Amino acid sequence: MRVMAQLAMVMNLDKCIGCHTCSVTCKQTWTNRSGVEYVWFNNVETRPGQGYPRRWEDQDHWRGGWRIDRRGRLVPHSGGRLKRLATLFANPVQPTVKDYYEPWTYEYRNLTTAPLGDDYPVARPRSLLSDKPMKIEWSANWDDNLGGLPENAGLDPMVARTRQRASEKVRFAFEDSFMFYLPRICEHCLNPSCVAACPSGALYKRSEDGIVLVDQDRCRGWRQCVTGCPYKKVYFNHRTGKAEKCTFCYPRTEVGLPTVCSETCVGRLRYLGVLLYDADRVAAAAATRDEHGLYPAQLDLFLDPEDPDVRAAAARDGVAHDWIEAARRSPVHALISTYRVALPLHPEFRTLPMVWYVPPLSPVVEALTETGFDGEDAGNLFGAIDTLRIPLEYLAELFTAGDVRPVRAALERLAAMRAHMRQVTFGETPDARTARSVGLSATELEDMYRLLALAKYEERYVIPTAAVGDAGRLEEAAVPEHCRLDEQGGPGMGGSGPFGDRSGRKALPLVSVEAFHGLRARHRTEREEPE
Amino acid sequence: MHILLWGALPYAAFALLVSGLWWRYRYDRFGWTTRSSEVYETRLLNLASPVFHYGILFVLAGHLTGLFVPASWTSAVGLTERPYHLFSLVGGTLAGVLTVAGLAVLVYRRRTNRPVFRATTRNDKAMYLLLGGALCTGMYAKLAHSTPAHGYDYRSTLAPWARSLFTLRPDLGAMADVPVAYQVHAVVGMVLIAVVPFTRLVHMFSAPWWYLARPYIVYRSRPAGRPAERPPRRGWESIDV
Ligand code: HEM
Ligand code: SF4
Ligand code: SF4
Repeated sequence: MRVMAQLAMVMNLDKCIGCHTCSVTCKQTWTNRSGVEYVWFNNVETRPGQGYPRRWEDQDHWRGGWRIDRRGRLVPHSGGRLKRLATLFANPVQPTVKDYYEPWTYEYRNLTTAPLGDDYPVARPRSLLSDKPMKIEWSANWDDNLGGLPENAGLDPMVARTRQRASEKVRFAFEDSFMFYLPRICEHCLNPSCVAACPSGALYKRSEDGIVLVDQDRCRGWRQCVTGCPYKKVYFNHRTGKAEKCTFCYPRTEVGLPTVCSETCVGRLRYLGVLLYDADRVAAAAATRDEHGLYPAQLDLFLDPEDPDVRAAAARDGVAHDWIEAARRSPVHALISTYRVALPLHPEFRTLPMVWYVPPLSPVVEALTETGFDGEDAGNLFGAIDTLRIPLEYLAELFTAGDVRPVRAALERLAAMRAHMRQVTFGETPDARTARSVGLSATELEDMYRLLALAKYEERYVIPTAAVGDAGRLEEAAVPEHCRLDEQGGPGMGGSGPFGDRSGRKALPLVSVEAFHGLRARHRTEREEPE
Repeated sequence: MHILLWGALPYAAFALLVSGLWWRYRYDRFGWTTRSSEVYETRLLNLASPVFHYGILFVLAGHLTGLFVPASWTSAVGLTERPYHLFSLVGGTLAGVLTVAGLAVLVYRRRTNRPVFRATTRNDKAMYLLLGGALCTGMYAKLAHSTPAHGYDYRSTLAPWARSLFTLRPDLGAMADVPVAYQVHAVVGMVLIAVVPFTRLVHMFSAPWWYLARPYIVYRSRPAGRPAERPPRRGWESIDV
């Protein structure tokens, strides 16, 4: 057993309102530059829908992730080492910008410089790639809120597969359709195929926190990672010629702050925390033959931080003490392993993704309420989950490679929680059978409710800092090495270098620690809000 | 002039190649990339780029054997001048034609596809000119001085000169009677070698052979230093922090 720590995320899809705040704040922070106009490290898709880039889930076409070869070994879907080098001169399956969308701007100047006339001046769209006027035909979010149904939804690869497997029509008559939002970032996989595909070794998984990053100085622009990632979450910057991807906001998480998308999420539906896992068994888990076995296999990799043996092994393998402690308080661990309401996105890609999702129960509740039944009654709900076969099977294609049982189990736990909490709220004695029927105790249901419904900032984001993780530099971490107050050139001495302000090779300005505490204080004020 | 071209230029070219590579590695690792244009257009690229690259790699291998493997070695293993010549003529011409055709399509694509053309720098244009020039002069020299029966035997003139470069006492006399077409090709070739580090062609030196021997998943530790802090690095674009 080799214990490693991973920073992971869980999103509670029930709460996503599809506002795209996460996407926009992420873009403002990381990809508001030329060359990555078309890039959204965080995007929110309406399901059913084609997604971004179009039909990214169709791996028969895009060849992302891993597959098991004839000899039972795990190989990148797009080919092993030799094949990759032989086809390095042009990537045979790389999405072009049209598969994402052609970025554009508007001729705003025309609005103010057009000569006086009878017609209103217009700002025509102009392509940022060809600099020519263009017709806008697609974007990162063209089919938002089921826009374009029914033509577009049939193009959703998961709808196609659901129809095939369930032999029952997924209907798109407006009144019968269902929808929910799926926010997506890089999964920071345990078995990242983007890393495997990079011939230069520029992509790597950080051993301290499992974040997958691109070394911009070692990337040579082969674009193999773009093909390798089944989630299409590595992007090519067409100006710099380098690959870029979600960084899990590591400059923030290293000082204990949540990622920008989590921080700004309007629905407060994102959870961040540490998971301990057994790195020795990762390859075996990813090579599980039966696709339905992949979710249980990944679940089995996660170690219980309450187990003293696990904690001892973690310490032995160099996991910092406060990371182990953080793993014990991890909301992500609770949702994934304890309550088992969170599920991985497309485990069949075999990358062992680490951003998990609590599947949406709301469409079921709503559909039930509309038919005149009590949408929160346990009996009604349990029955409805099964009879509403369409969402269930579709969700299973998304989260469990088509196996409906884990999805049903997760939804039943959520339903039990709703029913239980309704009785508690109305002052009735909760029916003990509700909790028992889903294998949880009443206290566990209430804890789960707390975590899903009430959890405050500190409970949703349990992020140990990298500074404290660096036990050796524990003391120096509080005061930066080169910037002591009492030193020549330190802040206490006026703070400029030998050739004036900011001259020479200097460290970043001394803001992070202060700003961190400032922000924490500000976020704590939500405590004072009336509940 | 003779000394300059055959005594000084090769060393200057080689020195520029090595120092240029070192300089780029030291100061511009961020700019060291294929500058791929595949996000804009993939159909023509997937056709032409492999054709061009396989062609040019074969041509490159041909030059290396032709120039640096002495005729005595090939004779020693029983390969006489005639089959050698035929192989070099047919193989070389085939590879050359593929390369030129590939490059032609690539240039056509660059010119006609707006986004690709917009991403083409002046440096690129000069490079295409040089590369195309080297290819065309080479093809011309070879074909103009060859019949299937008998070819110009560069292995008794050009090649000894090229090998004498290693001894630091270049055999200038060997170059005296070389046909003009070959001389022009050699000069263009040397200039091309000299500018490789300063164009997009540097990507040929980052061919990732060792990928074959690497485990699939790469782990790395967080660089030492305070959290979220790294001294800004030098690169083409300095981003103020
Ligand atoms: C040694 C192995 C080499 C590899 C793996 C390689 C790979 C590549 C790749 C991936 C591209 C980018 C294509 C794109 O997506 O736009 C490219 C472009 C190019 N390479 Fe190479 N290359 C190699 C050697 C060479 C050599 C030896 C030359 C010429 C002397 C060369 C000349 C070019 C040129 C001119 C382009 C630009 C093509 C265009 O887009 O118009 N390459 N190469
Ligand atoms: S989701 Fe992220 S870590 Fe996983 S393969 Fe894609 S880019 Fe790599
Ligand atoms: S900010 Fe939150 S609620 Fe809004 S789209 Fe993103 S994940 Fe959904």
